[in-house]
Amino acid sequence: MSIPKVCGIETEYGITMPKTADANPITASSMLINAFVNEISGKVGWDFVDEAPGHDARGFNLEGSLPPEVETHLVNTVLTNGARFYVDHAHPEYSSPECLNPKEAVLYDKAGELVLRKAMSAAKRALPNEQEIVVYKNNSDRKGNSYGCHENYIMDRQVPFNKIARQVTPFFVTRQIFCGSGKVGSEFPNIPKREVPFQISQRADFFEEVVGLETTLKRPIVNTRDEPHADATRYRRLHVILGDANMSQFSSYLKLGTTALVLSMIEDSFLDDSDLAIEDPVGSLRKVSWDLSLSVPLRRASGGNITALDLQWEFLRLAQKYANQRGTEVVGGDDFGDEILQGWEETLQALESNPMSLSDRLDWVAKYQLVLGYMDRHGLEWDDPKLAAIDLQYHDIRPEKSLFYRLGVKSLWSDAEAEVATHSPPRGTRAYFRGKCLEKFPRNVAAANWDSIIFDLGRDPLRRVPMMDPLRGTAKHVDALLERCNTAQELLDALGT
Amino acid sequence: MTEREMKKRSTPSARESEETQPQDASSKNKEGEELKAKLDAVLDEIDEVLEDNAEEFVRNYVQKGGE
Repeated sequence: MSIPKVCGIETEYGITMPKTADANPITASSMLINAFVNEISGKVGWDFVDEAPGHDARGFNLEGSLPPEVETHLVNTVLTNGARFYVDHAHPEYSSPECLNPKEAVLYDKAGELVLRKAMSAAKRALPNEQEIVVYKNNSDRKGNSYGCHENYIMDRQVPFNKIARQVTPFFVTRQIFCGSGKVGSEFPNIPKREVPFQISQRADFFEEVVGLETTLKRPIVNTRDEPHADATRYRRLHVILGDANMSQFSSYLKLGTTALVLSMIEDSFLDDSDLAIEDPVGSLRKVSWDLSLSVPLRRASGGNITALDLQWEFLRLAQKYANQRGTEVVGGDDFGDEILQGWEETLQALESNPMSLSDRLDWVAKYQLVLGYMDRHGLEWDDPKLAAIDLQYHDIRPEKSLFYRLGVKSLWSDAEAEVATHSPPRGTRAYFRGKCLEKFPRNVAAANWDSIIFDLGRDPLRRVPMMDPLRGTAKHVDALLERCNTAQELLDALGT
Repeated sequence: MTEREMKKRSTPSARESEETQPQDASSKNKEGEELKAKLDAVLDEIDEVLEDNAEEFVRNYVQKGGE
């Protein structure tokens, strides 16, 4: 049965040191986060006890897979907004706190941009000789190296994983038509430039499997990592790795909102009788990304063809029916549900009639229109490096350099709201308890992770407070308690741990 | 009838009729013009913002795979 879609976004940023010869990205990422921690947030470490990225949802374990940060002792910190900010492989990564609905997750992802901006400024002040660290919110270096923007959705453990994978795949293959971030050219091996001058998605070139555990090679459309970071008898966390990092809040909201609704439909067996499967999902993912006319036919498993747009119309009609019958509590109530469904419908209508009218809402359209406008004005061909530079600089998050911020794309949240969200946690999930404990008792929190906080009261042993339910530890549950307790000791006594 | 039923989502036929309404078309045109004006303004100043040497900038942007 469907459960509230607590969700979040993890974003790995591209990183450069433009004025430093032979800069090492791992060192640069560490310096960036350390500069932020030293200047702005103060350091509370991450606790790795619960990390097990080798657990596979299909029921087996990959031997010898430790979280990379354990192996390398890289910087890893928790923020008072409940987020995790750390070095993942060779990138700085901001993982938003658990949010109660997709719109809130967009806010906390936007707050992440502000955190990275603050980190860049702090690093610039800390580094000698005017060196600087610059990050990009994109997913590839245009040379075949990709890094991710992952979504997470909590799901009911009772629902068989194979059913989720089967039913969500055609949705994942086609949702890029509104949530792709656009890319000049292709990084798929041996594709002539003229064949794919521009494509809808940043990531479609990099996927090789339909279902699998990997995230760094042989990337699968549906990732099987089974780390619920919660009570594993009740919850599953669906770790979605195929999405693009969005600059546009609207693209991001539609991505999370529609996905949350589709996952809820799967939980409620609402798609069991629908025939939405397509053949060759991996090939279709690229076909859709490479087809700006949105008309390429995909082969239905049951025979016949369908376009990505029409498949999305089918998902939308089912979601509308689902909302009428069951309501949309799972995405935060009808206000949010109606907003998501309306946005989805208007977007599909516009993609059908006049896609370029979405340049103030969708990333790929905004970028495409900018590139086309620039080519037109300067009489350039597709292989001009300026177009690739525009592609990269669209994702620069510094206000003075970002092309995205100049385009006037509509936003859902103001900078002021996002600024508050850089330090204040969501009120409706356990992130509230995590963030508030860090804020109130910074000296007594030894470490934290998604499902526990470890307190150090100055004498052994350290005390762990488990938070196995993402929907407990909310403002409603703990505000009075936190108000009443003046010390961490009082808090732990009150909790009886 | 519950409130939810009254707010029934639009159907495919509503979606088609909406596209043919003249008022809708004119407001869409206006919106289109505004978008174009905004883009023109960005194109006017984009060279001041773009990295100086595009070729070098693109070439030097090298990342390690992540995730």
